[in-house]
Amino acid sequence: MTDMSNTTYDSIIIGGGHNGLVCAAYLAKAGKRVLVLEARGEIGGAANTMTFCDGWKVSPCAHYLNQLNSTVRRDLNLTSHGLKMAGSDISTIALDPEGDHLFLSDQGASGAGISANDAASYRRFMKLMHQYSTTLGFLVDLPPIDIFNPDWDDKVAALKLGWNVRIGLGAEKMSEFLRMVGMNIYDVLDDEFDNPTLKGALAFDAVLGTHTGPRSPGSVLTFLYRLVAGTDGAVELPEGGMGAVTSAMAKAATGFGATIKTGARVASVIVENCVATGVVLDNGATYSATHIISNADPKTTVMDIVGPRHFEADFVKRVDNIRMRGNAAKLHIALKSLPRFTNLSAEQLRSRLLIAPTHDDVERAFNHAKYGEASANPMMEISIPSIDDETLCDEGHVLSAIVQYAPYTLKGGWTEAAKDNFRNACIDRIARYAPDIRDHIEAAELVTPADLEQRYGMRGGNWHHGELTLDQMLMLRPAPEASRYALPLDGLYLCGAGAHPGGGVMGAAGKNAAKTILSEGRS
Amino acid sequence: MRDLSGQNHYHSAVRATPFYEKQKAVDLVNTWHRWQGYTVPDVLDNVTVEYFAIRNSASVFDITPMSKYRIKGPDALAFMNRLLPRDMTKLRVGRVGYTVWCDDEGMVIDDGTVFRVAEDEYWLCAQERQLEVLKRNAIGFQIEYAEITDEVAALSFQGPVTCKILKNAGFAGIETMKMFDLRFFDFPGGEIMISRSGYTGDLGYEVWVQNDQAEAIWDTLFEAGKHYDIRAIGGDALEIARVEAGLIAAHVEFSPANETVRPGHAKSPYELGLGWLVKLDKGVVFNGRRALMKEKKNGSRHRFVKLDVEGNKTACNAYLFDKKHGKQIGHVSSTAWAPTAKKNIALGFVDMPHGEIGTEVWAEIYYMKELKWNTRWAKCTVMKDAAWNPPRKTLTPPADF
Repeated sequence: MTDMSNTTYDSIIIGGGHNGLVCAAYLAKAGKRVLVLEARGEIGGAANTMTFCDGWKVSPCAHYLNQLNSTVRRDLNLTSHGLKMAGSDISTIALDPEGDHLFLSDQGASGAGISANDAASYRRFMKLMHQYSTTLGFLVDLPPIDIFNPDWDDKVAALKLGWNVRIGLGAEKMSEFLRMVGMNIYDVLDDEFDNPTLKGALAFDAVLGTHTGPRSPGSVLTFLYRLVAGTDGAVELPEGGMGAVTSAMAKAATGFGATIKTGARVASVIVENCVATGVVLDNGATYSATHIISNADPKTTVMDIVGPRHFEADFVKRVDNIRMRGNAAKLHIALKSLPRFTNLSAEQLRSRLLIAPTHDDVERAFNHAKYGEASANPMMEISIPSIDDETLCDEGHVLSAIVQYAPYTLKGGWTEAAKDNFRNACIDRIARYAPDIRDHIEAAELVTPADLEQRYGMRGGNWHHGELTLDQMLMLRPAPEASRYALPLDGLYLCGAGAHPGGGVMGAAGKNAAKTILSEGRS
Repeated sequence: MRDLSGQNHYHSAVRATPFYEKQKAVDLVNTWHRWQGYTVPDVLDNVTVEYFAIRNSASVFDITPMSKYRIKGPDALAFMNRLLPRDMTKLRVGRVGYTVWCDDEGMVIDDGTVFRVAEDEYWLCAQERQLEVLKRNAIGFQIEYAEITDEVAALSFQGPVTCKILKNAGFAGIETMKMFDLRFFDFPGGEIMISRSGYTGDLGYEVWVQNDQAEAIWDTLFEAGKHYDIRAIGGDALEIARVEAGLIAAHVEFSPANETVRPGHAKSPYELGLGWLVKLDKGVVFNGRRALMKEKKNGSRHRFVKLDVEGNKTACNAYLFDKKHGKQIGHVSSTAWAPTAKKNIALGFVDMPHGEIGTEVWAEIYYMKELKWNTRWAKCTVMKDAAWNPPRKTLTPPADF
């Protein structure tokens, strides 16, 4: 046991993922004594940069930055702490095996035989989506509205929401919004477009990182979520990988006076007389604080770290029922040199490359996942970050792909054989677009949802710490009694993606949690 | 009754308890009703005679349909302490406790008795089915829980001479059992459990046996009690006794929180007059704790009242008013003419802050005479205690007859 005298803090944050670091920075900035305890040897959680093959580094989970909260970026002055973008405004290319690719950017769509009609529809559709995103965007930076016991801020937010939807959008667009928001993206795409490559690409974006197919209810909402909870669709590539983002956040936090300890795995939370008062590490060291803030996902926090007996039963049941099924794997390939993609220049490989030929293909890929199988023809978002970012490898290139679907609960489990099979299936899939890729491969690694859970502790390997569906959003995230960061155990809080506004390298949950804690006793 | 065993169960939605044949044999009036899937008598002979068996001799009532659960495992105490608002560390092995349990909102799901039969084993006896409640409560606890409603046959044996009869029947040392003690006794076919508990506010015991011992225990009691006016009774007599004793019933005094859909229609332990069961400071989390702390601080909505009603008309389903023709402040939930207390009584609820002990409220009573409805205003006095609460309920050893 270490002595207790100098181990008392205002706040202890369990987990040094990006939200934990952001929360620490805000609290420390306000003069609080903050301790961040990270179980792994390095900070960042899944938002880090990892050597997966000697000489090759990669972002092991999310590889693009498209949701970093602009308030966080500004408040924590991440640029001054070394955050630099290797690429910004990254465009998208939806790949076609014959080389008739579709080029998508904010300006419009071209290629893949897209008709003038579809191109116009695409511009109009994206404009509408951006409008919706602007309408709802402010919700990200607020705690969910307390509808039962609203304070002044809640009433203002509710009025603003009503105003934005009704007056901001206008009657016609509001009714269109209400029509669409609960729909599945598949039907919307069929309403709007003819071009199969375009429909495939948009369908894939709607289901990226989720346990849904394009025909699943709520897939319009997840499409919108990418924009709402993000930088309005702009995709950036952080130099040095995702670890550079969290490293800048950590510098901001320590700059404000927070203490960060790595290799410090919290075994349990100390609960005295129904109040969380401290933590015990797996080495027996204890730390006390008035605020214990968990960056772990809600299920892990309640079920494993604190323990269900410290909560009331209905709440435990709700937490137990949170759906967090990871269904996305990561494929990392160390490339000796850049492969040739059919009909794409090396310059064009800077883009975000999608393998999602049609929306039916995406749905069919999901069919396997429903029954515990990995997709026979997986869908992918491919990035070759080393083209813009020399820090990732000494020579050659890095290919990083998010692959769907790879269910956490694979029939028979993610054995080495199962991983080999799926990794080969993924490489075969890429080879249809880049026939010579196998000649360029030095090494390849597949990271399954089971691996993500094992490495980063995110239950079910779910990137978002809880699936993003309407019943798990806003005041329902992660459960009605805990949607405003304070858990129903005095002294205990959530600051991770399991809380509103959810997942992605965003930092908004960490910021909102800190603001909520700082405003305690003020209202 | 026809054979409903095994695959034949679907021929009827009513089952017979292991005491069915015994009760049928003394049934003169054929008035039965369905209780949790079992058929049980309202009356077997005459409700007045049966009621007075409870108060003056010995009554036998079949409580097999009560929902019964076994909870066992290393976390049994922690589990019960989280489920129940009472401080369960205080309930020793061999003791029974009356309790309620709540949802997270602090609203009562049900009330019942909890039996600590071993260090790591409890029985929970409830009015309503609780399997789903136990299931959600078991998450994260090392316990096993099982419904034993259909495996355990039970009799409520109530009245001033019950101790004597049990002694006659050979249950040695029964007179040393204090109120809410439980003990195991040898009996052909295996140990049986007897607890000094009941639902009548009187001296009484509950006898818990295996189904195949049911008829034998029935015969044993009736043989040992044949000179003491032992009598099988139906639910109607018990209802009078429980109202007289001021005890609440599910779906009468409260709507079980887990079945109540309309906001505000469930009740908290404080609102049922059961605040004494809630140990907010027991130091561990229990269901409803946060809500009940808030209620304790901010006040409850309703107050449970036991009323002494003027006149001889029972205040059945009456509204309660602050004065004659005054403002409506509550309602009556249960009524009885209390034969032993010789009072016209009612249980009910009034809005806070009405209903302090000793104060008056008014009931507007509707009653029918030969198909003609009449109305009458009755002054009701809020009583401190139940109309019937005799010293013999808790006296140990009980009087020897």
